[in-house]
Amino acid sequence: MTAWDYLLWVAFPYAAFGVFVVGHLLRYRYDQFGWTSRSSQTYENRLLRWGSPMFHYGILMVIGGHAVGLFIPKQWLEFFGVTEHLYHLGATWLGSFAAVLTVAGLAILIYRRRLTKRVLLVTTVMDKVMYVFLAGTITFGTTATVLYQIFGGGYDYRGSISPWIRSLFSFQPDPSLMSDVPFFFQLHVLTAVTLFLLWPFTRLVHVFSAPLGYLVRPYVVYRSRDNPHGAGARPPRRGWEKSERPLERSRK
Amino acid sequence: MRVMAQMSMIMNLDKCIGCHTCSVTCKQVWTNRTGVEYAWFNNVETRPGLGYPREYENQDKWKGGWVRNSRGRLQLKAGGRLKKLSQIFNNPNLPQIDDYYEPWTYDYDMLTTAPAGTQSPVARPKSLLTGQDIDIKWSGNWDDDLGGSQETAAQDPILATMSEKVKMEFEETFMFYLPRICEHCLNPACVAACPSGAMYKREEDGIVLVDEDGCRGWRMCVSACPYKKVYFNHKTGKAEKCTLCYPLIEQGKPTICSETCVGRLRYLGLMLYDADAVLEAASIENDQDLLNAQRACFLDPFDPEVIAAAKAEGMADDWIEAAQNSPIYKLITEYEVALPLHPEYRTMPMVWYIPPLSPVVDVVSNSGNDGEDARTLFAAIDKLRIPVEYLAGLFSAGDVVPVELSLRKLAAMRAYMRDINLGNEPDERIPNAVGMTGESMQAMYRLLAIAKYEDRYVIPKAHVETARELDELGCSLDNDGGPGMGGPNSHAGPHNGGDAGPAGPYGNTPGMPLNGTVYNYNEMVGDSPIIKTRPTTSGRVNLLNWNGSGAPTGMFPPRPAAGSLA
Repeated sequence: MTAWDYLLWVAFPYAAFGVFVVGHLLRYRYDQFGWTSRSSQTYENRLLRWGSPMFHYGILMVIGGHAVGLFIPKQWLEFFGVTEHLYHLGATWLGSFAAVLTVAGLAILIYRRRLTKRVLLVTTVMDKVMYVFLAGTITFGTTATVLYQIFGGGYDYRGSISPWIRSLFSFQPDPSLMSDVPFFFQLHVLTAVTLFLLWPFTRLVHVFSAPLGYLVRPYVVYRSRDNPHGAGARPPRRGWEKSERPLERSRK
Repeated sequence: MRVMAQMSMIMNLDKCIGCHTCSVTCKQVWTNRTGVEYAWFNNVETRPGLGYPREYENQDKWKGGWVRNSRGRLQLKAGGRLKKLSQIFNNPNLPQIDDYYEPWTYDYDMLTTAPAGTQSPVARPKSLLTGQDIDIKWSGNWDDDLGGSQETAAQDPILATMSEKVKMEFEETFMFYLPRICEHCLNPACVAACPSGAMYKREEDGIVLVDEDGCRGWRMCVSACPYKKVYFNHKTGKAEKCTLCYPLIEQGKPTICSETCVGRLRYLGLMLYDADAVLEAASIENDQDLLNAQRACFLDPFDPEVIAAAKAEGMADDWIEAAQNSPIYKLITEYEVALPLHPEYRTMPMVWYIPPLSPVVDVVSNSGNDGEDARTLFAAIDKLRIPVEYLAGLFSAGDVVPVELSLRKLAAMRAYMRDINLGNEPDERIPNAVGMTGESMQAMYRLLAIAKYEDRYVIPKAHVETARELDELGCSLDNDGGPGMGGPNSHAGPHNGGDAGPAGPYGNTPGMPLNGTVYNYNEMVGDSPIIKTRPTTSGRVNLLNWNGSGAPTGMFPPRPAAGSLA
């Protein structure tokens, strides 16, 4: 194992995870106003009507698949009668279906974002960086699946990548597990880790406000006039750009 | 019985001249920002017409509001909770910005920077979304004053439901203006549709607000509101809506649209209602019974039982008194002239309207008859099906009876007061014919026609005393006379001869320094007229203090002593 192995498969993922957690906590604490998906549906809906649900439902399936493949040890599934062959069949077929939805959806979304003038003009630099790594992660993952699982002999990532991830979470990192993983899987993992690093600073934070509480709360919400610290004591916050009085400006 | 107070508005449509002052002042105060250029929290639409956004009343298309399902229970017209969540990635009922209009500006720069040429330079319209040239084909008031209505009026969703076909020909046309703000409903569909729970109805005054920090931009409120009065800020990605100017209301002042209304047609006041009765009332089977069902939710503020229950809920005495003096209570319950806009949406709206008698009066007068005679007007109300049916389509789910009753009262008031104003013997049969007395008719006349400021706006201040007291506890030593006296918050301000310290924007106040905002204007200013008229910037002169004679203090530098001039 070289220093590169430690850097790529231990240091970098831990750093990314740290930024992911701390970044989200800080942003949640200090940027509630910026915490939104920043929908562009009012600008354009003809393409979004197809692209957005395809991508989102696809990626939800992909996330579910990854959770099963990465976090449930092989032996556990086998205990429940899910053999290697059965798992491989399920993962490849369901995975391919999800991948087609996701990739097609993402293609529509990127096409729309690039070619609809209204939408392009509200796209920030961070949006573009995020799109690069999101699209990269999905592309490399799909490529790996197509190359090794569909046309190749099938690669058992549950013997290498999955234990490696679990080793990170149990704080006994074992980079040697990743050394011999096929190239596109490695690339997929690295772009994904980078995406996690960027996550708290992008619009992707909207994932963590999935409104599941809506299913159980009463329809009409009442709140009291909230004024815990006395009128006017709250410092001004983002959203309303306050115009300063001339006197204060001249003092500075 | 759970007594709650609702700050409500009534607009007297006969007085609306369609000047759009309310819309403009509202825009200047609330939506003069990027992202909400297209949004008008207050708009005035010409009816018959498409409204803003276009055809917003067509709920087959937009799926706003509530419906009563086959089990007799209320559900959002766009679907239940699961369906809503399943559509979160793309809201199928969301209006596009083009349904409102694409915001634009003009290339004014061109007028001054164009090179000399044979033609005058033109300021071309430019889209505020793309910056490109734009071909303006629609906007918020494209059919103002029935402009272009030959083309568009047939799409008016109310006309479509009427049994008689209205010919939009000049001589048969009637029209009136309908100013609209958020309805601050008792059973708000937008609040019910918000997946994040960021929209809420305030317990104290029923104002419906969006918590901008909690909003995650799912856009369900925009489509759920059948009045389309929640707007999506396309820059911040958050929902925004009419706030009923709550910072003003909390200070006991009317909303900006009311304050600046040229026709003085808006009324603001409290309505007490039984919050436990709302859901059942909104679930009543027949659409046309909804009006009376909502009226039945309102509570009599003079009833000792209601007063006791309100006090048990913690309602302050001045609020109960304000509810008793409320012009809203008088117009909805006592005189029964005000009607809700589209009760059939089942949201229990709380901005009500006094339907306009003018379409009827105009027809009567134009035909050479006496437009102020009670019997002629009564007959015309019975006979003129088109305006009355149209008004019923707006205000009573198509039931002409409540509209007729309201119009007959207005007609009776017109006729009865004419006799009095001309010095004739008042004819008591006229008020009796509409179930009123001469006395109550004159009281209604004072409220509707004289419409004194203090009668139109009966707004109790929000109670913040307790919060302020708590705030001051921690720093009582800084107060005048305390050991901390003489600090930055001492009372020695310029207006009482002291040094000009870093005072708050409205002068010095005891206790913690406050950020001067409209929220705490009254608290900071107190009762001192001196501070109230003091300029917010030192070194400037407030001409409001000047009585017109002599030179205002501070306007000119002090005169040099005689002889010192070089």
